[in-house]
Amino acid sequence: MSVYLDHAATTPLRAEARQAFVGALDILGNPSSIHSHGQNARRLLEESRELIATELDCEPIEVVFTSGGTESINFAIVGAFRAAKEKGKTRILVPQGEHHATIDTVEWLVKNEGAIAQWLPVDEYGRLASETLESVLGEHQDCALLSLIWANNEVGTIQPVPELAAIAADYSLPVHVDAVGAFKHVEISFRDTAISALSISSHKIGGPHGIGAVAIKRNAAIKPLLHGGGQERGLRPGTQNVAAAVGFAAAARLPKSNMQVLRDELIFGIQRDIPQARLMGDPINRLDSNAHFIFPGAQGDSLLFLLDAEGISVSTGSACQAGVPEVSHVLLGMGLDPSEAIGALRFSLGVDSTREDISQLLRTLPSVYAKALKAGLSDRNVKSNT
Amino acid sequence: MKVLAAMSGGVDSAVAAARAVDAGHEVVGVHLALSRMPGTLRTGSRGCCTIEDSMDAQRVANLIGIPFYVWDFSERFKADVVDDFIAEYAAGRTPNPCLRCNEKIKFAALLEKALDLGFDAVVTGHYAKVVEASDGSRQLHRAADWAKDQSYVLGVLDEQQLAHTMFPLGETPSKAVVRAEAAERGFAIAKKPDSHDICFIPDGDTAAWLSERIPSATGDIVDLEGNKLGEHNGATSYTVGQRKGLRIGFPAPDGKPRFVLEIRPKSNEVIVGPKEALAISQLAGSRLSWAGKEPVNIHEPLSCQIQIRAHADPVDAHVVFLDGELVATPIEPLNSVAKGQSCVIYVGSRVLGQFTIDRTVSAVSQPVP
Repeated sequence: MSVYLDHAATTPLRAEARQAFVGALDILGNPSSIHSHGQNARRLLEESRELIATELDCEPIEVVFTSGGTESINFAIVGAFRAAKEKGKTRILVPQGEHHATIDTVEWLVKNEGAIAQWLPVDEYGRLASETLESVLGEHQDCALLSLIWANNEVGTIQPVPELAAIAADYSLPVHVDAVGAFKHVEISFRDTAISALSISSHKIGGPHGIGAVAIKRNAAIKPLLHGGGQERGLRPGTQNVAAAVGFAAAARLPKSNMQVLRDELIFGIQRDIPQARLMGDPINRLDSNAHFIFPGAQGDSLLFLLDAEGISVSTGSACQAGVPEVSHVLLGMGLDPSEAIGALRFSLGVDSTREDISQLLRTLPSVYAKALKAGLSDRNVKSNT
Repeated sequence: MKVLAAMSGGVDSAVAAARAVDAGHEVVGVHLALSRMPGTLRTGSRGCCTIEDSMDAQRVANLIGIPFYVWDFSERFKADVVDDFIAEYAAGRTPNPCLRCNEKIKFAALLEKALDLGFDAVVTGHYAKVVEASDGSRQLHRAADWAKDQSYVLGVLDEQQLAHTMFPLGETPSKAVVRAEAAERGFAIAKKPDSHDICFIPDGDTAAWLSERIPSATGDIVDLEGNKLGEHNGATSYTVGQRKGLRIGFPAPDGKPRFVLEIRPKSNEVIVGPKEALAISQLAGSRLSWAGKEPVNIHEPLSCQIQIRAHADPVDAHVVFLDGELVATPIEPLNSVAKGQSCVIYVGSRVLGQFTIDRTVSAVSQPVP
């Protein structure tokens, strides 16, 4: 039986989302059309927007649909930067260990549009301390934006976003939060948190692929990346993907599930069976679905390969370059040495994960680790005479 | 058997992997990432190392229904192949990086990892044969198609490595057959160009690439008698046997062209002389290996053929083990023998072994008997 423990990469389409999505595929009409067909499509789109707004605790008008998390993040950062630059503010504050959608966007702005990137140090769990933010804001008058991830996609650490946003608000600094991994796991109130933009994605919560959203406060200064038919308040023009929005909303309105009990079984099981394994990320303030470990002496890709051969899908957690997992910049930012970081594995649970999944992993992992340890040590010398 | 197919994204390794599947083996495909900063698209005649090549390999793996992974050997590759390549040139020698990659990466780092992870063998698309001898030991032989034969760059493999190696293309009559088979199997890469250049030198300009990595200083070009004939901008950019680009400016007394005879990195000198002076009567080296069982009587001269470059013709010679090194004496003197290259020893189609050439004896400076 195959075991899927990579729900942070993508998670199965929820039955309710599938039903809503498939049902909406046959709806005829462009939501921008004036006739009844168009109005019907528009109604479905706006109902979806309202459902998502409810989940984010924001106003429907603040929800802008996009093609997914990466587009949302690009738009939120580039759009806010361009608006701030007009007022002479070019410094973008980013904690270390963000998702590549954020890092690469900021680096692109540095290279092409004169942004200054200020990478903020994080602690051993990947958390940004209030004092760090305070001191940077006290020091620099040219800050354009703070962009941070709510729940780290690799190690699962939850940033104290409301607290950090409150500090930023004292300096009137716009804040973008990448909530792609946090949505439906962490309690989010867009209304009550001093943030100007927040990015989410559908397929991470069991909705269809190819749609996401960014919530943008009414008064936020932001420039669109695309230009065209004026849809989505002119911030994200292009004919909307109604069926996907309907599927996204159907997934979003499902009750939050708590995977913490199962996740803790996984964490305690690994700690019991493989005492050398080290839990990464905040042990308490972490995603209920995330367990992330370093297996000293082994290479993550060996572990991944051996588990895959046993029908268990996991991730090294880090970004891939041409299929090769990079040494995690998140772990390096948390102070790990590259030689340690190479042995990382991320296990992420979904709503359909079972106790049997965890048992099967725990039955397999010790022998897999032993094998990978042997391969990782490179002590074998096939060739005898060199 | 449980085998690991090394898949570059080229036609040969794709067909080799497919044949391993057909033969009933449990096959897993692996693409070796040899650069940490791969290009996105293939350029010119480089046949590996870009993201496009990795994707090509993956598409073939999908088609033949095997799992596929990319394994990162970039650090090992840099240390064992690229840095070695630079160091050898800096020392005035001419290395063969493909041979080094086979020796240190494909049939060492990759094979070791494969064995540790539970595989029995590594499969590659090389044109060569592994033959099981009557006593059960493994031998390396030339491919059926001598025009495509790659046994020269595999001559460094020893019996242990050969015992865990499969070359499914060894018996193939020609590359055209492999391409036709790839097309028949529906591989999109059936017409992908062959690779020729050194994979880690993007534009194929080895001299320019080396000049950026090896500090060079102006030095003297001298003749065999030690007379200065001209100056060069760095001795290590010359190759033994080279005729063009010496820029000496005046002809030799006999009017005949001059050739590079030797590079002396320590004194930063390039030695030139007439073509006859290139003739080598003996070559020797202590870094040696046997591609199978070691010959029992190698302390007596052995009648064989030797090949001193990947695309050189094999020549008749005697080889003997003497004072810690293998010494090869060709029947006729050999021209353009570059130190650092491998001298591969053949008996018929069989590769006996090889040594890295680190000493040569000139045929003309030999005292007249």
